[in-house]
Amino acid sequence: MDESDLQIFIQGATHFFLHMGGEQAQIGTPYLASNCNNEIKGFTGIIGVTGKRRGSVYFTAPPVLLKVLLTTLGEENTGHENMCDMVGEVANVISGNARKEYGNEFLISVPIVVVGRLDKIVVPPELRSFVVPISWKNYDASLVIALE
Amino acid sequence: MKLMIVDDSNIIRRKIERSTEVDGLEVVATATNGVDALEQFPQVRPDIVTMDLTMPEMGGIECVERMVEMDPNVIILVISALSDKATAIEALKKGANGFLCKPFTEDELNRAFRELLEEKNYG
Repeated sequence: MDESDLQIFIQGATHFFLHMGGEQAQIGTPYLASNCNNEIKGFTGIIGVTGKRRGSVYFTAPPVLLKVLLTTLGEENTGHENMCDMVGEVANVISGNARKEYGNEFLISVPIVVVGRLDKIVVPPELRSFVVPISWKNYDASLVIALE
Repeated sequence: MKLMIVDDSNIIRRKIERSTEVDGLEVVATATNGVDALEQFPQVRPDIVTMDLTMPEMGGIECVERMVEMDPNVIILVISALSDKATAIEALKKGANGFLCKPFTEDELNRAFRELLEEKNYG
């Protein structure tokens, strides 16, 4: 995994928030994380990646960001279930959009949503995880990418 | 015109419902996966279907193929985050009529509906 891989996901996240959230997200400097659990912010959407690449993509966000995002989309119900749905959908869209660059052999799972800290990190231990900090409307989220 | 929405995300289903401003388009059914959609399809007989691709139990490509077998006249708009050309081409080959990438705006969705309905009426 190199800088060009990171750029693909950064572009996906930028595109998502501009297009769906109506406001540009600020992207911080990506960094290596030894323990993804330190990055978890309340709700986490996890996409498993197989095929041409192997690994995981996480989008993790606090409830307040998800509530604001839901409201921005016109959704009045900002309850727990819709926050879970939202965080999974963000992870799904960012990962799915990466196929524009990687092609259809970049296979993605349906989102798995975890609330709270993760009991078990599903990133294979030999993979390095890159964390991309995202700030949207002054709320912080993270994209965690771990690919072979 | 009767619209069926197939997507495993409640938020996306509701966004599509809210965004449907094309005259005469009425949401008659929603489904959360391909199996659910195919069960409802013969009863509801929608004129137009929005179809997600990545869903549990049965994905959208297989569902498109089976819906078209049941009703060759159905109009299917695939709405998916899978943005590679090969997937779009595969969906169209299986019988989908259009492909809209997520994330999408209300304007983009309504434009896609209008184009498909115009094609149907005048194509």
